[in-house]
Amino acid sequence: MYNLIGAGIIVIGGGIGLGQIGGKAMESIARQPEAAGKIQTAMIIIGALLEGLAFGALILGK
Amino acid sequence: MVATKSIKFLVVFVLALTSFTAFAQEEVVENNLVDSPDEIREFIAHHLKDSHDFHLYTDNASGKHYGFPLPVIVWTSNGLKTFMSSEFHHDDNGEVVVDKDGTKIVKYHTKIYELDEGAAALSFDEAHHPTNASKVIDFSITKSVFGMILTGLLMLIGFSSLARGYKKGNTVPKGFSRVLEPLVIYVRDEIAKPNIGDKKYRKFMGFLLTVFFFIFILNILGLTPLGFNVTGQIAVTACLAIFTMVIYLFSGTKDFWAHTLWMPGVPIILRPILAVIELLGFVVIKPFSLLVRLFANITAGHFVVMSLMALMVSLKADFGPVASTGMSLILSLFIMFIELLVAFLQAFIFTMLSSLFIGMAVEEHDEHH
Amino acid sequence: METLLNDFSVGLFFMQALILLIVIVLMRVFAWKPILDALQTREDGIQEALESAENAKLEMQNLQANNEKLLKEARAERESMLKEAREMKEKMIEDAKTQAQEEANKMVSNAQLAIENEKKAAVAELKSQVANLSIEIAEKVVREELSNKDKQAKLVESMLSEATLN
Repeated sequence: MYNLIGAGIIVIGGGIGLGQIGGKAMESIARQPEAAGKIQTAMIIIGALLEGLAFGALILGK
Repeated sequence: MVATKSIKFLVVFVLALTSFTAFAQEEVVENNLVDSPDEIREFIAHHLKDSHDFHLYTDNASGKHYGFPLPVIVWTSNGLKTFMSSEFHHDDNGEVVVDKDGTKIVKYHTKIYELDEGAAALSFDEAHHPTNASKVIDFSITKSVFGMILTGLLMLIGFSSLARGYKKGNTVPKGFSRVLEPLVIYVRDEIAKPNIGDKKYRKFMGFLLTVFFFIFILNILGLTPLGFNVTGQIAVTACLAIFTMVIYLFSGTKDFWAHTLWMPGVPIILRPILAVIELLGFVVIKPFSLLVRLFANITAGHFVVMSLMALMVSLKADFGPVASTGMSLILSLFIMFIELLVAFLQAFIFTMLSSLFIGMAVEEHDEHH
Repeated sequence: METLLNDFSVGLFFMQALILLIVIVLMRVFAWKPILDALQTREDGIQEALESAENAKLEMQNLQANNEKLLKEARAERESMLKEAREMKEKMIEDAKTQAQEEANKMVSNAQLAIENEKKAAVAELKSQVANLSIEIAEKVVREELSNKDKQAKLVESMLSEATLN
């Protein structure tokens, strides 16, 4: 039970983090549209790392 | 030329048609066989697991199964045993016992067990774990292995034709190769070169390209109604991740090991702690996140698609057959498109992170701080 | 976690490793190496073609500049040749003119000389004839005069007076 709650908290944190990454990436693309490709790649990598964390928590907690 | 083209077209057409009918018939299965939440859950769970025969659909009225059996190769206490999975007669509850030279083999929940000496049938404890049987090492050509072999063959055929095209002297590829070439260039220029570096990327291209297309094609195969769920098998993703780990650990430069084990520019007291953290990161956390990400994404995708398809069954009582089917169709179509994106994205991410880690390992530090 | 570990199939892992290894090796040999090599050679070829095009352009420019220079030189030469020819022509005309002038002058002077000589001869002849005639006339007149005494005396007189006047 507690591990599920912990997993839930981590997933919430991951969601907030993903939101931050996405929002900031959008902002920076809007600020510098010519760097969109690089920003997107960086965004996807960080998103993937965060996703890995969230999934890890989910699976370890399940 | 015309003949080969028309044959190709015919093959594609027939494949499309068969997958379509198989798809339609899968719905029949859901309508006939699966009509309660429990059964839906079981059906999905069963799909997400590996299976020992290639099962397309079951005609519930006549009780006939359509599909073909696959070979079972198991390492038991009495050595290697080989037989076709048809000998289990589609049993998955441990009821049919296959006797191979005195070794009694049963299949229970897609796992193959070897009955203990003297036992005639499988018995279970309260948690439905078999009590009088032990797991065997299962080298069977399961559905996943079959899918992997199929993918390997597809890749070999597709890319060797691209390679032959170059060898024949046409600098611009023709036909289907024209689709493959930009993907190869994409992997090389967008994934390998920026992360590993212009000088060293060439050595890892074989692995990166193979892994990229392997995952990509398997993901796409998973979206077809053939029901593959290869990249959703944790053993498969674990193997891919361990390959990456082995490659970056073995190609690590002196600099990399120096920075991992005895980080310069940090107080001496902190260095062992950092070494443990870094080592743990490279040996455990990075491969684990690689394997879990791919596994979880694909499993979740299959789960969502199948659940949405099951909506047409579970909502039939409330909304009627037309509305529930339409709803499930629209929603699953929508998710299917997202899954197509995910299929590419996960292949991209896996290759990207692999090359990123390899790039970390082979990086030369010019400045010593 | 437990269910996952339970789902983890060692056999599948092994088969996957085997297949992946085989696929990597086969793909490396039959696909990736030739494809990447071909792409590399193609890109090198494109690069080379671009460079050679650039070189050709430069060469072309050089050639054009050369041509321009040559053309200029040729033009200058033509100009100078024309100028020379013109000068030569003028000189020749000048020469011819002076020569003609000289010739003419010479001829004129010769003619003048001849005329002078003729004139002199004519005058001399005229003089001699006039002298003869006057002598004859004088003879006749004297004969007539001397036939008459008065007249002789008068004549002497007038002559004398004239002589005194002189």
